[in-house]
Parts: sequence; C-alpha cells; structure tokens
Amino acid sequence: MLIEETLKRIQSQKGVQGIIIVNSEGIPIKTTLDNSSTVQYAGLIHQLVMKARSTVRDIDPQNDLTFLRVRSKKNEIMIAPDKDYFLIVIQNPSD
Amino acid sequence: MEIVHVYTKLRSEFGRQCLLSDRPAELLVDVPPDPSLALQFIQKTPRDQALQACRDMSEHQVNTERFESDSCGINHVEGGWPKDVNPQEVEQTIRFRKKVEKDESYINSILQLGSVMEHCIRQNNAVDIYQVYFEEEEEVEEAPDAPSAKTINVFRDPNEVKRTVTGLSWHPDGGRKLAAAYSCLEFQKTSKDMSLDSYIWDIENPNRPEMTLKPASSLICLDYNPKDPHTLVGGCYNGQIAYWDTRRGSQPVEVSSVEQSHRDPVYKIIWLQSKTGTDTFSASTDGQVLWWDVRRLSEPTERLVLDLSREGNLDRALGAISLEFESTMPTKFMVGTEQGVVVSCNRKAKTPAEKIVCTYDSHHGPVYALQRNPFFPKNFLTVGDWTARIWSEDIKESSIMWTRYQMSYLTDACWSPVRPSVFFTVKMDGVLDVWDILFKQNEPTLSLKVCDEALYSLRVQDNGRLVACGSQQGGATLLEISSGLSTLQKNEKSLLAAMFERETKREKILEARQRELRLKERSRSEQSREEDVGREDGEDSPDQLISRAQKDFYSVVETELRRRRDREDQENRRRRVPAFPGANPSLDRFLLEPSGASCSQCS
Repeated sequence: MLIEETLKRIQSQKGVQGIIIVNSEGIPIKTTLDNSSTVQYAGLIHQLVMKARSTVRDIDPQNDLTFLRVRSKKNEIMIAPDKDYFLIVIQNPSD
Repeated sequence: MEIVHVYTKLRSEFGRQCLLSDRPAELLVDVPPDPSLALQFIQKTPRDQALQACRDMSEHQVNTERFESDSCGINHVEGGWPKDVNPQEVEQTIRFRKKVEKDESYINSILQLGSVMEHCIRQNNAVDIYQVYFEEEEEVEEAPDAPSAKTINVFRDPNEVKRTVTGLSWHPDGGRKLAAAYSCLEFQKTSKDMSLDSYIWDIENPNRPEMTLKPASSLICLDYNPKDPHTLVGGCYNGQIAYWDTRRGSQPVEVSSVEQSHRDPVYKIIWLQSKTGTDTFSASTDGQVLWWDVRRLSEPTERLVLDLSREGNLDRALGAISLEFESTMPTKFMVGTEQGVVVSCNRKAKTPAEKIVCTYDSHHGPVYALQRNPFFPKNFLTVGDWTARIWSEDIKESSIMWTRYQMSYLTDACWSPVRPSVFFTVKMDGVLDVWDILFKQNEPTLSLKVCDEALYSLRVQDNGRLVACGSQQGGATLLEISSGLSTLQKNEKSLLAAMFERETKREKILEARQRELRLKERSRSEQSREEDVGREDGEDSPDQLISRAQKDFYSVVETELRRRRDREDQENRRRRVPAFPGANPSLDRFLLEPSGASCSQCS
C-alpha cells in the first residue's frame, strides 16, 4: 500500500537500478534485484553499515549514522539505516 | 630554629579603637647564613631549568612483528534467518517475509527512510558532483623530488640452508614475476642438504614462491625468453643448460647433455634474437661460449673458444664470466672475462678466428657485469674490482668515464631502461648505489644500504621503477625508485650524448698523444742505438752497471748539497742586513727566518 507506492516512486527516479530492504540481521525482506545479487548486497552492506555506525558512535557517542553513500566508478550505493531495517538503493548517477 | 614574636595586650584595652602611629623599622631577628650548611650542597652554576605548564608526554615507537598473510576465498552461505526458518525452503522464507511486511514498525521506518532516500536520489540526478571541471588544464610539472628508494618487499629463501641469489630475471610481460636463481658459489661450501631449487616469485606475494624450478644442479643464472613469457632457460653449476616451460611444471623440459656442455659453472645465459626465437648462448669460466637451440639441447649449435691468440686453444682461453647482447645490434656481442678483459666478438664471422674482433683491458679482476647503454649502444658499462667503468666502443685503450675506487667490491650493475644517464650498482657491503652521471660523476646520487650481507645480483624492471637485488643469504629485495630517477628528463639524451662524445674525444686525444710519445721514444732509442754501435752488444757487466749507478747517485747528492749551501749563504747574507733602522737585530732573526727552510727541496 503505502510502502508499495514509496518503493514505486523511488524505482521510477532516473538511474535507479535496484532497491533492497534488509532487516537488522541481514535478511533481505524486499528486493527488486535477482536473488544472488540481493543476498550478496545484503550480507556485505550489512557489515559495512555496522562498521560505519560503530565508527561514528566511537568518535562521538551522541552521534549516529543517518545516511551512507558509497560512490564507485560504475554506480552509487545509497544506504538509509534505521534501528531495525535499512533501505539500500543502487543508482547510476546522472551522466 | 624557632623565631617567636610575642605580642601582649591588656584585657581592659580590648575593643578600643586602634591608634596607628609611625614607628621606625625594628630589626627583630637577623639570621646570618651558616657556611657550614653550604658544605652539604654541591653548587651547580649555571643551571638550566625549563618551565612549561603542560602534560608530560613520551614518544614511543612500535614495530609489529612480521606476520604472514594468506589470501583465500570464502564461501558465503545465507544466514541470519531465525532458527525456525530454513533458508533453503522457499515457502518458509516467503512466509517470514510476509510476516515482517505486516509489522507496523516496518511500515513506519520504511516510509521515513523512503523520503530520506528520495531526497538523495533527486540530489544525485540534479547535479553531478564529480564532474570534471578543468579538463584542459595542463599538468603542472612537479618539482623534482629528492632521489629516494623504498623497499617494497623482501623475498626470502624458504629453505633452511640459505643460498646466494646469483641470478635474477624479470618476467617480460609487465614484470609481475621475478625469477631468481639460487646457488652457492663459494668454493666447497655447498652442503649435502642444500636445496637445488630456484624460484619464481610473484611480487605481490613474498610469503611463498609462485613456482619452483627443480634443476639437476643448482642454477647460477637464468633468463626469461623475451618473446615467450612462459619459457626460461637456466645455466647450472655443473655446466649444463636447462630449459623450462612454466606451463609444464617444475622439472626442466630439456637439459643439455653433460658431455657437450660446459666444464665449469655457467655464469651467464642470454636469449638471442632469431627467427625461431629459440636460440640462446651461454658463457662459462671454462673459456667457451656455446650457442644452443632449445629445441635440441643435446649439443650446442656453435662453439667459440675465448682464446685471444685465435687458435682455439682451450688451455689458453680466458674464462668468461659475463655476456652481453643487445637486440638492436644482433651481430655483435661482448664477453667479460675473469682476467679482466672484455672481448668483443662478431657473430657472423666465417671462421672462429675472425669471431674475436677486439679486446678491452678493463679491470684488475673479473668483469662481473657488462651491459650496453640501451639508448647509446656504442657505450657500455663494465663492473669489476672496485670500480665501474663506462667505455666507448671505439676507444680500446681505456674507459671514457670511471668511478672512484669504492670501499668494497662491486658485484653487479645495470643501466636504467628509461633514463640513459642512470645506472645501478651493488656492492659486497650490501649497498645499492644509483649513479646519475648527468647530475654527479664523483659519487652515487643515491646510496642505500639494502642489507647487512653482500649483494650479488641486480636487475631493473623494464619500467625503470622497480629494482630487484639478491643477497648472499638468499634474500631478494624489491625496491621502488623515486619518480625523479625513473622518468626521462628534458634534454637528457642530448646532454648525455654530448657528454659521451666529449669524453670519447678526450680519450682519443690522450690516446693519440700516447702514441706520439711512444713513437718519439722509439725513434730516440733507435737513434741512441745507432750511436752506440761501437759499444759492445748485449748487457753491460754488473760492475759497470754498479759503477755507473754510483756515479749517478753521487752526482745527484752533490748537486743537492751544493744547492743547500747556496741557499744558506743567501740566508746569512740577508740576516746581516737589518729589516728597518733601529730594530733589534736579535729579533730580525725571527722576522726574516724563511718559512720554507723546513720543507725539503727536490729537484
């Protein structure tokens, strides 16, 4: 319902290649990519987010991670973390 | 000691107002210093005492122990699922997912995350933050940084008994691999359990060699085929040549027969340029240079005996220790010998006698390294005894440039493949020297102590940045040279060409002058011989020689004594005349004492 709309809206943006929703244990809940890529992204990005979050909090315990962008040569992986879930979007930036 | 001041006030006067009045100072106590106490202290003057209000800190260096790391793959298995869900079962996973999707907190958090995400996506689409703004700007030339070299890796001999790295060869395709030949060249120092293997190392992995080469006897030198990066050829301690194909394993594909090979260890083997790409030649201290076709190693295709009298006599041949071949000059090659002579030869000569073209008397000891400058093939570098010398092919009498006599023996050298004026040498005290003759000729531009033991071999990779040197304890060190020494500078070739020409001309002039002097000597001695026709032929008797020597000696001594007497007379005459009127004559002696009286006079 609401979630479907949100995800559809995101998917329709220019350059978006895929969306994955992962829970705090690394299990992909919803995805628009194929299974093997999803599992790979979910596992790897989960570790990365944990590390990034602990880094931010180590430096300043009052601080917390709000958004994480990983820009690579071919695309950009954007991760929006939350307490229990995170939303991963892979986008090909404008060019 | 207690100093007490007693103050009294009547009780009835308490509470009364204070009436202040002036009073002169009253000395209550005077405590003079007690000198006996001073004896308990040591006086220290001056005293430097730094004062700073800050925390105490200390500096501490830590070096981690070397640890071996290994790369291996990991097999990922899906996990994280709660215990009751089996990840393989599609139904169970779907059911789990549906359950989560119905959760309220899930819906809330995803909505919130969704809006954040959308904002960022739109941001990305709006502006490309990594757009290249200044594409046409030319690269600013950086100031040349100070020459330096950094050790990247050390490849150590994995065996217990360490052997010397006597030969090194870079993989021709990009230089990602380094082949090293290990052997023990010290006389009778080889032990029975010394391994015979040589290794090919991948420069990224110093922990374990990528491949082992197992010859029948330890390899002294080896060379990668520049045309085919899978094949290598190596020369063994027992004189045989072995040919490997890395695709076919560690054992040599073919080994030359013992009867037809060298009789002494093969010190150098190089691939030749030929249509078939299978020709090599090898040199050894038994005085022979043999040509081989690797398809048929049972016997050499050609043989050359380094006999300078051109008779092919093995007994009088010079032992060869280094070889040189430049693919731009395929008909010529040079051999460096144990006797310090460099022999230049022509491959295409018809008879063996004509093969040897000329010789250069180069060093006092064996010529350990010999290489033509890749940019100026007419000039070559030789290394032996304690110097490195640069020669021009045309001047046979002496080298055109040479280094000072170094503190320790030079064992190997090579030119940089990118910069014509740079060459590298290694010494027995473990030092790697980088010489840039356009910058400094007297001493190396960069001198690095690579290790404590002697360095025996050296090879530069084709890109000019990586240098590998091998030590006595079996460690091959890989160094990276700073960009200043490995990038071609402006005008370098023309400057170096001018320098070589100038030095060659100087040597030619010197040679011509020497020849003139010799001619003059000869003509003079011929003339004097004609005058002494009356004299008896043959040598004078010993008595006559002695009397002649005596006469010469006495005449020299007498002329010297006479000269000294004259000088003393001069001094005495000078002393009798005072320097200025009224001066103390006794002081004149000190004023006028000639300062050169003490130095000995020689004619």
